[in-house]
Amino acid sequence: MTNRTPAIEVAGLRKSYGDLTVLDGVDLTVPEGTVHALLGPNGAGKTTVVNICSTLLSADAGVVRVASLDVITESDRVRSVIGVTGQFSAIDELLTGRENLRLMADLAHLDRATVAASVDALLERLDLGDAADRRAQTYSGGMKRRLDLAMTLITRPRLIFLDEPTTGLDPRSRREVWAIVREQVADGVTVLLTTQYLEEADALADRVAVLDGGRLVAEGTPAELKRQVPGGHVQVEFTDGRSERIASDGSVASLRRILDGLDDREVAGVTVGTADLDDVFLALTGHPTVDPGNDAEADAQGVLA
Amino acid sequence: MSTTYVVRDSVTMLRRNLLHWERYPSLAIMLVAQPILFLLLFVYVFGGTLGAGLPGVPGGGDRTDYLGYITPGILIMAVASVALGTAISVAMDMSGGIIARFRTMDIAKVSVLTGHVLGAVIKTLLTTVITLAVAVLLGYRSDAGVGEWLAAFGVILLLAFALTWLTVAMGLAADSVETASNTPMFLVLLPFISSGFVPTDEMPWGLRHFAEHQPFTPMIDSLRALTSGASPGSDLWLAIAWCLLIALAGYLWARRQYTKVPAR
Repeated sequence: MTNRTPAIEVAGLRKSYGDLTVLDGVDLTVPEGTVHALLGPNGAGKTTVVNICSTLLSADAGVVRVASLDVITESDRVRSVIGVTGQFSAIDELLTGRENLRLMADLAHLDRATVAASVDALLERLDLGDAADRRAQTYSGGMKRRLDLAMTLITRPRLIFLDEPTTGLDPRSRREVWAIVREQVADGVTVLLTTQYLEEADALADRVAVLDGGRLVAEGTPAELKRQVPGGHVQVEFTDGRSERIASDGSVASLRRILDGLDDREVAGVTVGTADLDDVFLALTGHPTVDPGNDAEADAQGVLA
Repeated sequence: MSTTYVVRDSVTMLRRNLLHWERYPSLAIMLVAQPILFLLLFVYVFGGTLGAGLPGVPGGGDRTDYLGYITPGILIMAVASVALGTAISVAMDMSGGIIARFRTMDIAKVSVLTGHVLGAVIKTLLTTVITLAVAVLLGYRSDAGVGEWLAAFGVILLLAFALTWLTVAMGLAADSVETASNTPMFLVLLPFISSGFVPTDEMPWGLRHFAEHQPFTPMIDSLRALTSGASPGSDLWLAIAWCLLIALAGYLWARRQYTKVPAR
């Protein structure tokens, strides 16, 4: 991995909207043929990084090179090597699944006759074969996401941006998307994905960059990040239904200290867990990750912490 | 980006645009029906009385005279009606993520917009021909020859081109599909305050001043002259100038709006 040329190089990236700073100096290097995860809660700036790297948005400051091309001065050439699947389905709902893929192939100036076979194969691969000739507006949420992904893959990009590709998907569809990402990487494609799911970053990514409030608070392999929190945590369930996660270095002394601080009558159960990326996030940012759909509450907790 | 890609991508987008019309027929039917309903309303409800007041007809005109008088205005209204549809379909595009996807692809940027514009020009041709056919069924007859009719359709298509760029921009600027269907409404209503339905001489001073100088009036007067076999004179040049001005302003506005479409 070390001797590969970087597929994405980001240095000193800044972006703000009025007084609101979205990105506050982000540096990132993604080697070719790897999966890099941008991990962070809502509002951390993940989507903004993807939008700037995929030429949708211009930065206030900083340099971004994608496939050794400058995203501002060589944006057309950047666009010819990338594929983007955003958070919102970017599909044409009035067209059928097959027509959507053909539209992408036409716009990529591929030959229709030769692309027909890969359209069929991709529809099958993404489990859309039966629905191929139905209008996309009749698709379920998961099917729309899969069609969106297929539209990105049909042009065979060397570099794929996936912005929260599995948000809102059921566990089976999520594993299916993971399998497809792995296949792409096996073919040498580079993937930059954003996620709120620590499990997803852990399962897919070669390297993880933890983004919080527009800054990178940590960067490394999932294993390296976990090492920053040696012992893991103690999960305490209270009788009133609350639960709390307390960092621990795994020593008897630390466990005793945590247990001494608990009132026996209030505790329903105690679990000792090994470190996962949740612990990393808590240790690095001082507040827990955001549970999607529960943002306001989590933000409030973040402020209190 | 080479010119062949501009053409190829524009054709791809045009195909998509026409497919949308086929897949969303209720919008198409509404836009075609609008000018026809106005035609029927004006000819059969108001036509008898208004025809009697037409100047230049000895002994006062009748319903058929009035049909002849308003057909050019109705054709202009049909053009505006299709343009309204364009604003709606552009705004519908914007409400999904598909435009953001197009912007991350190495395609001729302008093709997204030219697809809409070319589609609208084709739809205008279709709509005006249908409207004209209804007028003929109602008894409309023209003294003009083929050359004059070709010139008349030249004016219609030029106006379609101009109004479409304007409504593409409106669709891009609208924050919702509802807004996009409301803002261009004035284009459909503006022909009423022109020479389209009654001669401007009878209007109160302020209104008359507006009606005589608004862009639709020279267009309607040109169409009226051409379709009756007369020479449109300076009205034609004024109409062409207005169309070019509207097209340029619309194009520049649309391009500006398109580059600042928020990323999704």
